[in-house]
Amino acid sequence: MNDRPSLHVEPGKVVLSGAWTLAEMLPRLAELQAGLAAATDGNRQWDLSALTRLDSAAAVLLWRAWQATWPVSLEIGDMHRRIVERVAELPQEMPPPPVARVHLPEFIGRYLLKAAANLRGMIALFGQLILDTFFLLRHPRDIPWREFTANVYKAGALALPVTALVGFLIGVTISYLSALQLKSFGADLFIVNILGISIIRELGPVLVAVLVAGRSGSAMTAQIGVMRVTEEIDALSTMGISRSIRVVLPKIVGLTVAMPLLVLWTSAVAMFGGMLAALLQLDLSLVYFLENLPRVVPVSNLYIGLGKGFVFGFVIALVACYFGLHVKPNTESLSANTTSAVVTAITTVILVDAIFAVFTRQVGVPHL
Amino acid sequence: MSRQTVIELDGVCTRFGGNTVHRDLDLCVKEGQIVGLLGGSGSGKTTLLREILGLHRPDAGVVRLFGVDLNDPDIRVQRNIRRRLGMLFQHGALFSALSVYDNIAFPLRELRCLDEDWIRRLVHLKLAMVGLGVSHGKLMPAELSGGMVKRVALARALALEPELLLLDEPTAGLDPDRSQNFVELIGELQRELGLTVVMVTHDLNTLAGLASHVAILADRRIIAYGTRSEIMTIDHPFVTGFFGADRRKLL
Repeated sequence: MNDRPSLHVEPGKVVLSGAWTLAEMLPRLAELQAGLAAATDGNRQWDLSALTRLDSAAAVLLWRAWQATWPVSLEIGDMHRRIVERVAELPQEMPPPPVARVHLPEFIGRYLLKAAANLRGMIALFGQLILDTFFLLRHPRDIPWREFTANVYKAGALALPVTALVGFLIGVTISYLSALQLKSFGADLFIVNILGISIIRELGPVLVAVLVAGRSGSAMTAQIGVMRVTEEIDALSTMGISRSIRVVLPKIVGLTVAMPLLVLWTSAVAMFGGMLAALLQLDLSLVYFLENLPRVVPVSNLYIGLGKGFVFGFVIALVACYFGLHVKPNTESLSANTTSAVVTAITTVILVDAIFAVFTRQVGVPHL
Repeated sequence: MSRQTVIELDGVCTRFGGNTVHRDLDLCVKEGQIVGLLGGSGSGKTTLLREILGLHRPDAGVVRLFGVDLNDPDIRVQRNIRRRLGMLFQHGALFSALSVYDNIAFPLRELRCLDEDWIRRLVHLKLAMVGLGVSHGKLMPAELSGGMVKRVALARALALEPELLLLDEPTAGLDPDRSQNFVELIGELQRELGLTVVMVTHDLNTLAGLASHVAILADRRIIAYGTRSEIMTIDHPFVTGFFGADRRKLL
């Protein structure tokens, strides 16, 4: 392509030649713009008849150089003249793009209102679930067993490796760090109490909840969200299938059932990791550890841990489904809602954990 | 003056698993032609379009746009080629997070050479070209009707002043009246801007209203390529089956 855009000033007039297109102009844009600006001064005669091509980007450039008025004399081909005319027909004053101004009270207020709306929506979803449960009790044939078991498998069975790995490492870490401290007091045997209470009662459930919120919660939000974007949820409704019974309920019940089992599994693996570290660090035999565990850690701690798992699973799934159902049909909303779902789920889990801690402070703590 | 070759496909073969979609497919499109690509469902029309765009690499054969091999390793050459073509996807493929205005301004901003005033004028010019007003610029893609999505997508495809425009089912999902309008719009723009157009369509009205040439994809290759009247004379089961009694409509 040798018809590069060029411009030269002859006495009395400006001559443009070559292909004035965006692609051809780009490499020498500054040069051409400067040339046009210099040529415009005093020259009101333009010769554009030698142009091979003129596109609208170049037409806008010319029109700006002419300061939005036609030159006194202009030689131009018919087709090119129409392109410039199109640019000339545009309204002169372009409305500037609106800039949203944000005031702090308004910002905070909007956030609070949004949080309140979310809370209200989740309570409504909870109510819907209770109604659905009553409906299913009266019509047991409609219970979605397949979806339910599929969710238990996806959220529970497939999460076993990752929760085991994380649990094991946390168990080893805590045991190792505690052993260092206990050794200096000569209180080696208390490692059993520390590991037992902390892992079974507190760490196991919270650890699993955080992992599951990131793993299964986000997956639920994304899945329901994409089903909304692609109108699959609407397709279900048109077949007379309730979206809450077929999509939401199996997810929530599935995770609620799977979570206590995951908590039990993770706590067990974490205890095992702790035992191994204690064996290596403090020479505490596995047999001694296992014999003393039921003595120093009352079994009510296990019940508290499993109860927490039950509630956490329910909270995570409810939050995830709620945010999934409120995805708007665009990619931005999908990512924003998935983020909100995970953040809200983890925050709520920690909050619920604190409430648990307050109400069970009398239970399961051995008095020596 | 001989016309420049815009698209050249040479011996293209495509396989998905054990399924051969194209075998030794040749096609040559010259500047200024409007080519309608016809073929039965599943005959690989969209795949062919994706190969022309460079989104899918054929298993064998060469795709040349403007005389440049799409497999050229130089990223700058690749980018410059892409800037010379515009694509209208079947469902618009508008960026759903951006407003109509930003959707059209996006490719212009990506050039990193144009100032905001220039971009603003160009965006409004493109909006006017496809028959939309300044006020439509603030809308989000989710708020648009099907016809408007196509118009905005066309405006975005035209933003970089392409020389080659590829259309995938440009009138699918529009009512006959709007589809007629859209065909006229594309035809008008093509004459004004001197574009080369390749479109995939099933709609005979679109084909009759727009295409100067027709390429027929059947038996895994282009079995016929020529002007509309030439295609009519071809005796092939697909051609007779596709046009059936409506043969005259195309003329």
